[in-house]
Amino acid sequence: MSKRIGMEIAFAAAETVALCRPDVIAAYPITPNTHIPEHLSDIVAEGRLDAEFICVESEHSALSACAGAAGAGARVFTATSSQGLLFMQEIMPIVSAMRLPVVMAIGNRALSGPINIWNDHSDIMVQRDMGWVSLFAANGQETVDMVVQAFKIGEHRDVMLPVNVNLDGFQLTHVVEPIWMPDQREIDRFLPPYEPFASLHPDHPLSMGTLGVPEIYNEVMMGRNVALVKSKKVILDVWKEWEALFGRRYKPIESYEAEGAEVLLLTMGSLSETAEVAIDELRREGVAAGLLKLRLWRPFPFEELREAVEGVKVVAVADRACSIGGPGGPVFAEVRSALYGEPERPIVVNFMIGIGGRDVMVEDFKNMVKKAARMKHVPAECAYEIYGVRGS
Amino acid sequence: MTEKKWPETWQEVNPGCIVFTPGSARSYLTGSWRAQKPIWDNTKCIKCGLCYLFCPEGCITEDAEGYFSADLDYCKGCGVCAHECWPRAIKMVEEG
Ligand code: SF4
Ligand code: SF4
Repeated sequence: MSKRIGMEIAFAAAETVALCRPDVIAAYPITPNTHIPEHLSDIVAEGRLDAEFICVESEHSALSACAGAAGAGARVFTATSSQGLLFMQEIMPIVSAMRLPVVMAIGNRALSGPINIWNDHSDIMVQRDMGWVSLFAANGQETVDMVVQAFKIGEHRDVMLPVNVNLDGFQLTHVVEPIWMPDQREIDRFLPPYEPFASLHPDHPLSMGTLGVPEIYNEVMMGRNVALVKSKKVILDVWKEWEALFGRRYKPIESYEAEGAEVLLLTMGSLSETAEVAIDELRREGVAAGLLKLRLWRPFPFEELREAVEGVKVVAVADRACSIGGPGGPVFAEVRSALYGEPERPIVVNFMIGIGGRDVMVEDFKNMVKKAARMKHVPAECAYEIYGVRGS
Repeated sequence: MTEKKWPETWQEVNPGCIVFTPGSARSYLTGSWRAQKPIWDNTKCIKCGLCYLFCPEGCITEDAEGYFSADLDYCKGCGVCAHECWPRAIKMVEEG
């Protein structure tokens, strides 16, 4: 039986990983994800989890060790943040190309420089095209739930892909929340032991990570793309099963007060909860505003987005990262592009907020909605702003 | 030289490009790249075996008399053997 307990989310994530019975954990500490692997190393040291905890000398090695262990058929977990994730960059596409279901928690943090340890999404957005399934948690409960779901999704025979679970640094990693913690029996029922499609073993020699010459590369890319696109079906099935077992519903895009809304905010991660409060206040003031919370970033939920914005005049995308010198924030650029072919498309505008940990208040969301409501169709380079910049 | 056969469709590529046949690299004839081939002059060879050790393809073998030669199916013509052979017993010559 699940028990509702108050726990720091990073610790809860670690406890949940342990319930998933990973064979290998390899991680290198970096703020603000550190408490996750640190607590896991405690759990292993205490003998509560029979796993290999590999203390590596860098994030590059952490993900390399995970790739090797996953290749040998192990269930593996790692976690990182910011520059640590950048240091894993070289291995990120290799893990997905080799179809290894590594699960990674990312305590999202801004990129240097200037050196900044606070929360935004610039670290994961750099990894957007690396072929991983990418989930965003809005609170502690979603973090815990998504960690378990991540193993089931990634290891599914129709997917076989790595999965990253994004939780905002500090705003989530370091916050104590009441969380329904599943117990071992429930997790064992939901998550069967990992049965790899293939694994490295001297008795059955095979080669992984082979050369792909130009004559094969396009076909390989097609396979990778189809696998990630098709993973959505498995994700939806896993979420359905989760709801049946635990009663908590997950959707790629969750609508909040979207019924009859003229302006929709679109957020990801922990800011969604502040945005909900802003929407409540706006509704009380008579403003027809609603909220979309994007939980599934890869594969991108095109269909769900189209349905969610039907009949809406303006969509204001709140990005937690900038595409410097480009078309606005990455989420905005994708939302706008996803809707471009629609005969009746809303105006899509972009506010880059909460970057480098800058506070975003309820008032800020209300301002954004009001400003967005007045926007006309404008060229892309005029449709975004870095919100709240002094002197602009 | 047989042409390399590619999968007809993308669906035929194994997930993760895993190769299930051990030693299948043998069927890929690296000799097809070659522009020059090594020719041994056994009158100069002192049987030191350096060419055998240095060949990155591992395609040089020793015969019953202790002299060396390359398997031209795999010799890619890099010239490392000729460079390493200090009595200059190996000469790289253009492929005809
Ligand atoms: S390196 Fe030269 S001398 Fe030595 S074994 Fe090879 S051919 Fe003979
Ligand atoms: S040319 Fe290169 S590949 Fe060929 S035998 Fe000499 S060292 Fe080996």
